[in-house]
Amino acid sequence: MERSEGKEQPMSAKRIALALVAVLVLALAACGEPAIDELPDEEITVGLSISTLANPFFVTLRDGAQEAADAAGVELVVADSRDDASTEADNMQDLIVQEVDVIIINPVDSDAAVAAVESANQAGIPVVTVDRGVTGGEIVSHIASDNVLGGRLAGELLFELIGGSGKVAQLEGIPGTSAARDRGTGFEEALAAAEDIELVTSVTANFSRDEGFTVAQDVFTAHPDLDGLFAQNDEMALGALEAAEAAGIADDLIIVGFDAADDALAAIADGQMHGTVAQLPAEMGKIGVEQAVAVAQGETVDAEIPVEVEVVTEDNVGAFLDE
Amino acid sequence: MALREDVATRVDLTQVRTAAGRLLSGSGPLIGLLVLAVVLSVLSPAFLTVGNLFNVFQQIAVLATLALGVTAVIITAGIDLSVGSVLGLGGAVAGWTFAVAGWPMGLAIVAGLGVGALAGLINGLLITYGRLPPFVATLAMLSMARGAALVVTDGRPISGYPGWFRLIATHDVFGFLPASVVLVAVLYLLGAAYLRYRPAGRALYAIGGNEQVARLSGINVRRAKIKVYTMAGLLAGLGGLLLVARLNSAQPNAGFTLELDVIAAVVIGGASLRGGAGTVSGTLVGALIIGVLRNGLNLLGVSSFWQQIVIGAVIAIAVMTDTLRKRDQT
Repeated sequence: MERSEGKEQPMSAKRIALALVAVLVLALAACGEPAIDELPDEEITVGLSISTLANPFFVTLRDGAQEAADAAGVELVVADSRDDASTEADNMQDLIVQEVDVIIINPVDSDAAVAAVESANQAGIPVVTVDRGVTGGEIVSHIASDNVLGGRLAGELLFELIGGSGKVAQLEGIPGTSAARDRGTGFEEALAAAEDIELVTSVTANFSRDEGFTVAQDVFTAHPDLDGLFAQNDEMALGALEAAEAAGIADDLIIVGFDAADDALAAIADGQMHGTVAQLPAEMGKIGVEQAVAVAQGETVDAEIPVEVEVVTEDNVGAFLDE
Repeated sequence: MALREDVATRVDLTQVRTAAGRLLSGSGPLIGLLVLAVVLSVLSPAFLTVGNLFNVFQQIAVLATLALGVTAVIITAGIDLSVGSVLGLGGAVAGWTFAVAGWPMGLAIVAGLGVGALAGLINGLLITYGRLPPFVATLAMLSMARGAALVVTDGRPISGYPGWFRLIATHDVFGFLPASVVLVAVLYLLGAAYLRYRPAGRALYAIGGNEQVARLSGINVRRAKIKVYTMAGLLAGLGGLLLVARLNSAQPNAGFTLELDVIAAVVIGGASLRGGAGTVSGTLVGALIIGVLRNGLNLLGVSSFWQQIVIGAVIAIAVMTDTLRKRDQT
């Protein structure tokens, strides 16, 4: 049956296949970036392997890196690992084959990236890490904000805002990621130092706004007398905010997030959210490229470059909104 | 060892068969849901409250919307892996057309639904005229639609929508019934009526049971399949709009891996991946089992590591008991 029906319209099937191929070819041609091998030889080329461009934080980091690259007059080749360690390994190989002068890597996973960093080392390409580190291989410079410090500052802010005593909950990030671990560690440090604060529950919402909404809704149901909530990123905090509004408890609940995402800053300015911790992704990208260029020009650079973390509240949110 | 375990299992099954088998026929998933609900009520005082139960219904609204379309797809012995990505794309297009292109929200809704239906239509064409297996065609769409959602949003959330649009997520009909729950109820009633009473709906079972026979008996199989995938895409687009309304934000990664929950809901609900079997009421129960389980584990504050293990185990147990019970009846 399959075959006889195929004969009825053999042309149309072929035409559709041809049309699809044509569309694909056109689409590829339309988004053709300048090919690497057409670049002038003297120019410095910096490769940036970034964990994912599906997250605004890393898009901002990329933008900061691009601006610094444009300012320095160097070429920046960006490779998106789409949060997948094997894609990252492939991308790193591509950057090595393209003989970029320096590679900046923002690894998907600190352990999984070691092999790729080692192959870059073997090819004689210096490697700079941003945001997340790599556990092996040779790194000339590591640029990151201190997530443990940020978690502690966020906790201290939350406890201060609820008046020094009460019940709090935590929304955790993706289990097993270093950001979730470090922010949680910092928060627990603050918790240990506070006397009258009780952590009633700590559950994951996987860094997502959608799950932040759902999980927060459940947390509010189980603990209706909650005073404050710390979410390990702003996406979850914003989901929790929507859930708090839906439950009619938004006015009585202090919500502190992390990352200073645009939507969170707007919510803080409106008085809906109460605080967040600003990592400065654009700054991180910028410093990353500046360090990479310095390395390419043979200068020595610091092994660790801390990027400042800043607590954002209603009082200073204006400065961040202007950026 | 293996032999002894096997014998033990058989004994257990015999007991289940004699004690409850006939009594429970056709309602396996529902029994599972009730057992789960009873256990959670005992463990958490917050579980069995009206507010929490409405929360669960509301939390599964998006999942249930997608699962309705995928139920029809699976009945035809197909599969749709792309619904999570198409949800993301539908929301992204609605968000972009409204907030960036400045279209009125009404048109943006049509655009979001339209792009979902279009993605489904492409799935259908690839499967029928392109002769791709459904798994491959929709796997390709999973990648393309997610990519397109990222292109449209430039990887950032697009936030801020008119109040009336958000009513679907925030309004309570008669003061207590969330509007999204009403919407899902209406969709499921329509879906159930279509599959049971419309010839075109019943034809889907025939196609899933035996495609050749269905074709010989005069059913236009290609047309039916294209319609089913288009509808699954349209419902995914609708799910995307529901999520945008709930979060007041179109997220580029919305619905990431949601297709797995969707397929789990359909399968827990008693549909067979080999086609020809499945009901929308079963799927609704399947979605509720997933929703109730997540909700309960959150209420109890169960560690995220353990949650994943428990959810996986429940999926396996739910489907296994259902298939074993069916085998016993024959």
